[in-house]
Amino acid sequence: MADLNAGDAIPGLSVTPDKYLPHRYAGASGDFNPIHIDPEFAKAVGLPNTILHGLYMMGLVARSATDIAGGDPKALKKLSVQFRGMGAPETEIVVSGTVKSVDGDTLVIDTVAAQGENQTIRNAEAEIRL
Amino acid sequence: MAIKTEAIGKEWPTTKYEVGKEKIGEYARVIGLDNPVYFDREAAKAAGYRDVVAPPMFCVTYSAPALGPAMFDPEVGMNFAAMVHGGQEFEWGEPACSGDEITTSAKCLEIFEKDGKGFYVFETRSINQNGDEVVKGTWTNIVRGV
Repeated sequence: MADLNAGDAIPGLSVTPDKYLPHRYAGASGDFNPIHIDPEFAKAVGLPNTILHGLYMMGLVARSATDIAGGDPKALKKLSVQFRGMGAPETEIVVSGTVKSVDGDTLVIDTVAAQGENQTIRNAEAEIRL
Repeated sequence: MAIKTEAIGKEWPTTKYEVGKEKIGEYARVIGLDNPVYFDREAAKAAGYRDVVAPPMFCVTYSAPALGPAMFDPEVGMNFAAMVHGGQEFEWGEPACSGDEITTSAKCLEIFEKDGKGFYVFETRSINQNGDEVVKGTWTNIVRGV
């Protein structure tokens, strides 16, 4: 894997979270904000429906970053993201990105998470030590 | 109306969280992670970890509770109806493993207004039972129409 150079695309990943994914993520993370799990509540506060947890999508971005290091969690040193569009369950999420820089054993990648044209996470910068 | 900034620098009481093996596995399955170091003690030890290791983003599970009182503090005065989680940064140190007792502190780093929006930036620092920092988080909430 160490043969990635600046400008190269990272492998990335795609996932389609099912209808109940936000419930499982709420249980795993402890974040039970009803905008993620209760359609009536979400609609009452002006959302089209329940939305995905931003930190779940950030978890997928982190997964794509550790994948570059063969799945080793300690390789990920830093991850910084901006949340933009809202993510919806039952819609494919594609995480893609490019290598920004390579310096010795440290790789910096720039990543986006999107559902179609809707970029839910932008300017995700990960520092990975191989 | 000018944004309230008196909470800048304020710190809140720490929270404690003991990392559990099954909780790590539950989180890893939700994210779709299949590395055995998240599930199997022997595999984790063979990979050089003290015990089953938490995925990096599992840190939200033990660090977010420290932020609760900060978010709801009237001195901060965030309008939740108009708030979105705008940005997030984590910087990891010592890996968090099953059995670790992690203490997290929360602090308000910045409150400022830009383009009619309020930016509220908080920092959490999570330390394990040996005094090693496992993660530093920077949480940015954006409130429209301040």
